[in-house]
Amino acid sequence: MLQATKERESGVANGDRSSADGDAEDGLGDVDVIEGFTRDEVHALLAEMLLYRRFEEKAEEAYAIGKIGGFCHLHIGQEGLAAGAIRPLRQDDPVITAYRDHTMAIAKGITPRAAMAELYGRVDGCSGGRGGSMHLFDPTVGFMGGHGIVGGQIPIGTGLGWAIRYRGDDQVCVCFMGDAAVNQGAFLESLNMAAIWHLPVIYVVENNEYGMGTAFSRVSATEMEARSGAYGIPAHTVNGQDVLETYRFFADMAERVRGGAGPQFVNAETYRFRGHSMSDPVSGTYRSKEEVESHVQEQDPITILRDRLMEADLLSQSELEAMDGEVRAVCEDAAEFADASPVPDPSTLYDHVYAEINEQGRLFLDGRGPGPGGAMGGGPAGGPGGATHG
Amino acid sequence: MAEMTYRDALNAAMCQEMDRDDSVFLMGEEVAEYDGAYKVSRGMLARYGDRRVVDSPISELGFAGLCVGAATAGLRPVCEFMTFNFAFLALDQVINNAAKMFYMSNGQISVPIVFRGPTGAALQLAAQHSQACETYYVHAPGVKVVTPGTPADAKGLLAAAIRDDDPVAVMEGELLYNVRGEVPDGEYVIPLGVADLKRSGGDVSIVTHGKMVHVALQAATMLARDGIEADVLDLRSIRPLDVDAILETVARTNRVVYLEEGWPFAGVGAQIVALIQEEAFDDLDAPVMRVTQADIPMPYAKTLEQLAKPSARGVVEACRRVLYQPSGSS
Repeated sequence: MLQATKERESGVANGDRSSADGDAEDGLGDVDVIEGFTRDEVHALLAEMLLYRRFEEKAEEAYAIGKIGGFCHLHIGQEGLAAGAIRPLRQDDPVITAYRDHTMAIAKGITPRAAMAELYGRVDGCSGGRGGSMHLFDPTVGFMGGHGIVGGQIPIGTGLGWAIRYRGDDQVCVCFMGDAAVNQGAFLESLNMAAIWHLPVIYVVENNEYGMGTAFSRVSATEMEARSGAYGIPAHTVNGQDVLETYRFFADMAERVRGGAGPQFVNAETYRFRGHSMSDPVSGTYRSKEEVESHVQEQDPITILRDRLMEADLLSQSELEAMDGEVRAVCEDAAEFADASPVPDPSTLYDHVYAEINEQGRLFLDGRGPGPGGAMGGGPAGGPGGATHG
Repeated sequence: MAEMTYRDALNAAMCQEMDRDDSVFLMGEEVAEYDGAYKVSRGMLARYGDRRVVDSPISELGFAGLCVGAATAGLRPVCEFMTFNFAFLALDQVINNAAKMFYMSNGQISVPIVFRGPTGAALQLAAQHSQACETYYVHAPGVKVVTPGTPADAKGLLAAAIRDDDPVAVMEGELLYNVRGEVPDGEYVIPLGVADLKRSGGDVSIVTHGKMVHVALQAATMLARDGIEADVLDLRSIRPLDVDAILETVARTNRVVYLEEGWPFAGVGAQIVALIQEEAFDDLDAPVMRVTQADIPMPYAKTLEQLAKPSARGVVEACRRVLYQPSGSS
């Protein structure tokens, strides 16, 4: 069932790796053993989620010692969705999301090294250190960001769907958002356009119940599932903490949309185990410690899958420990790689503002940038050369 | 050369680019079946079909964002705003997404898109429909802004904007759509960043952009009656900005008036004044003056509206001030 996206540099957490182990031990590697998945597939999904968890923990650690700055939003508790909704997709299916994007990027095929280096603001980061935590990008694996304005990415995802339809291609765009984003006009306008033009877009709400510190129920006149009905877009609810259910749902839904089913709306129920961002305490003023703890105890997507596999005798404690050891090593390696990666060269400050530096006219009005009239472009004759120079 | 209206010149530019590149499409309110609110896209639905000429819902944020998304996927959308007054709703998509995507992604994702439509006042449309919006766009690095003032410039600059690999706001004039002028036949592209000296004088420089070119030329004619010959420099492109052309006219006349339709505070003229004093201070024989819209929302009543808009007479007055001449009788 698994259709691996990009083969990882690390070699961990994809089907190939677990398949070697599984085959060697009991030959169950390609037999359906649980809910239509093979042993290799469930091991791979567990390893994926463990990788995301350890990656975020490593980021948390690095943030605490000042290696990572700015805003940093962790996905801990929501890994089931990254693995379950993104791993079934093809590499050329575009995915776009908001700012809680680290594990989504890794799920789509950005390496842990490139993701961590971006968090560190280094040149080997997937956005060259220009984006940071909220703006991971790699279009070559179909990851279109990493967006910082609540709901701002939804029209962009709709446009990615538009481009697919315009070209007559068969990709599917998966557009993620947090639950609070459905109260933005951008969401409503996008759903309407997706419906009238029958765009191949799956809109997925990562419904962790809170927009920052405001419970969805306090700011919504309707249930989440009712939000797409006005546009005739089918609504679905999936338990995002159950990675097998989520995976099965998205594998099927992606093919249905690829086959022309039109836009879909998915309410993926999940829960955030950490604060909204690094400056936010775990529970805070808007939810109780008990509420968070009960979710951590009962709704951890990793624990849920682990227990199910152990009960079915498909995972041993030593296998789990080996798996965890591997992903921890990957994250350790990612952090070491990030730390060793150079900071961006000052000479690149003005790179990539424009895709095309016009031959005539000044693009940078501070007198410093490249092109005609800038310090990097030769400077004007007879003048001091701009606002900050001289 | 053929004489045509500014409206038809814009139409010709879009058709020229759509003929050569299938990735170019036009989306906006009323652009297809209605033939365009200002008839700029007349006949294009019949010519290209509803795949490429697309009526949008009245959702400026939504369809502008959709076009940005399509551009990130490699298409070249022409996103028409019925007027830029309505595009404030879309400004998040322009500033936060279109302008920054290339930078944030370290040059991985470009956004080759055109946002176009009329800006500035027409006649008695009152405050919400009468404002020059250039400043909002030109303020953000990552966006380019052009303001054609004549039919020929409209064709050449819109074509260049569509071919450019970055977001370009093409800001037209509602009162210009019926203006006629000679327009080169065949493929015609004016590189961005090249100003045009619309009149050569030598005594004083009137620097301006967009629709105000016509007011500047009118003022120059009035000044000429009193023997004052003015340069009229039309920037055409505000970003990239033809600084050389500005410095040249300053060096020639040593006296400058900036004329613009927008408000003064942090307006385009404010930037040009700053630039001139930074880079051509020694060439100046007088402070640079600005003529702008009155610093108030546009009133409806005709008498008040006229007082609020920049006028040729106001430009003449400003030119006399920088020439240290008393007000003339003309």
